[in-house]
Amino acid sequence: MATFLGINLFGLFGQLLVGLINGSFYALLSLGLAIIFGLLKIINFAQGAMYMLGAFAAWMVLNYLGINYWLALIVVPLAVGAVGILMERLLIRPIAQEDHLYSLLLTFGIALMLQGTFTHVFGSSGMAYAIPEALQGGFKLPFMYLPAYRAWIVVASILVCGATWWMIEKTRLGAYLRAGTENAQLMQAFGINVPLMVTLTFGFGVGLAGFAGVMAAPVYSVSPDMGSNLLIIVFAIVVIGGMGSIGGAILTGLGMGVVEGLTKYFYPEASSTVIFLVMVIVLLIKPAGLFGKEA
Amino acid sequence: MKTAIFTHSKLNLVLLLLALVAPFVLYPVFLMKVLCFALFACAFNLLLGFAGLLSFGHAVFLGTGGYVTGYLMINTGITPELGILAGTVVAGLVGALYGKLAVRREGIYFAMVTLALAQLAFFFYLQAPFTGGEDGLQGVPRGHLFGVIDLSDNLQMYFFVLAIFLFGFWLIQRTVHSPFGQVLKAIRENEPRAISLGYNVNDYKWVAFIISAALAGLAGSTKTLVFQLASLTDVHWHMSGEVVLMTLVGGMGTLFGPLVGAAAIVTIQNYLSGGELGNYIHIIMGAIFVICVLAFRNGIVGQFRKVLKQNF
Repeated sequence: MATFLGINLFGLFGQLLVGLINGSFYALLSLGLAIIFGLLKIINFAQGAMYMLGAFAAWMVLNYLGINYWLALIVVPLAVGAVGILMERLLIRPIAQEDHLYSLLLTFGIALMLQGTFTHVFGSSGMAYAIPEALQGGFKLPFMYLPAYRAWIVVASILVCGATWWMIEKTRLGAYLRAGTENAQLMQAFGINVPLMVTLTFGFGVGLAGFAGVMAAPVYSVSPDMGSNLLIIVFAIVVIGGMGSIGGAILTGLGMGVVEGLTKYFYPEASSTVIFLVMVIVLLIKPAGLFGKEA
Repeated sequence: MKTAIFTHSKLNLVLLLLALVAPFVLYPVFLMKVLCFALFACAFNLLLGFAGLLSFGHAVFLGTGGYVTGYLMINTGITPELGILAGTVVAGLVGALYGKLAVRREGIYFAMVTLALAQLAFFFYLQAPFTGGEDGLQGVPRGHLFGVIDLSDNLQMYFFVLAIFLFGFWLIQRTVHSPFGQVLKAIRENEPRAISLGYNVNDYKWVAFIISAALAGLAGSTKTLVFQLASLTDVHWHMSGEVVLMTLVGGMGTLFGPLVGAAAIVTIQNYLSGGELGNYIHIIMGAIFVICVLAFRNGIVGQFRKVLKQNF
């Protein structure tokens, strides 16, 4: 067994990988939250439920329609995004002028309904989703065994996060979005269809959660409460990072996953709480968050 | 506006009479459950309705009070009033700690911070050796009040719970109508202005948070004695959501709203869990959330008040 300074490298790298995988999901979810928050100034409490919906949708289209993983990776995020668009148009839009706390409560109610529905239909024990054939097996590296699907999660998530970052920071469309974040009314005056932009942004943010759900289906069991557990951690990560920057949301998500993985190796008892403790420290030192802009 | 028939003091009197007669008509344990949740919701509403702070982690204080009281009652044999006092104090201390952190952020960040801190406590209670893990603390003895009155009798327990509720409710009324409560309202309405007037806004929020947490702990301690059980259910985020729902349904920012909301939600839950619809309970709770936010933001009491104002 490879050891270095008394540390079991196999174990350490294994936990680091698990941490990176968790971090990929944190990054995807907090990125979606940050994009939605930027333009709508609301927190989507149903983001975790949308992630759960994505995982269940992947399971359902495979078992009912025979649509495989790769196709689901495209179809499901679009479908979940469409659900988000409906949600925004039918439920969130009517109370957009009210206090933002109401939209938080609204999305919380939606999350409860979705989670309750899936618990009722599928039970709470969870379903298995097979790893696609092309990604079964793994690579034997000198210091660890790297399962192919797990490597794929990290690579694909970083690609999607990176593409989203590029789109928002470097393209014309992204410039509109950033301008809308600064001053939506002025954008409207310049002839940009802001209501449409808001709807599509919400759909995109929610679609990211759906994408994360499909990615998660083969590694975690597909269960109704998979989203709510994850979302609370993601909230802590959003507080740590601050929602001011897109890149910050991605980096904090991945970073916190790694921190969690390291904790699992060195002090497993604290692994479920370490992210919350980091949040406490950040609140004490830099309340606005690591990448936060507001005072 | 002379709606003299509905002054607060008269309404208080009518409700008090109802509460005194109620245990002879309805099942006392059900009524005690309503009173515990009503106190919990009133404590929560002090923060949301009067200071504009949405805490999404209030279950921590309910559960902390319950665990402390349950543990002491089982292991030390102290009298129930001391057990409840201890639970309340510890919940207040946790509130002081959490509040100090949470008031550093505002708005939805405040909600996220409190939720995350509550989850931290949830994992702590899940792993801590003295909480009984998944099983919780079962068979908590109710004991003898002041060493004299036997609380295992449901009717005597009821009047004890009623007294606790009335104390909590009175304290909240006093707080809201005190100069301190007026400053809280000012902060809710216009924080920058309150700051410019020289108020140390964060300290006001912090004190409100502590009072709210301690009273939520009081509710949790009492609830543990009533049901002789302290469990993880009381610290779960579902419970934090439930108290938000009760306050929303009853009418946030009104004194009687949380009381009405708690009664409504507990009644609905009792009714559902008995029948075929038990499986739909979370779906129905979610739907009530959505409907209230979309169409019924004033809540029952708020709406009632609005109608009164328009018609009398």
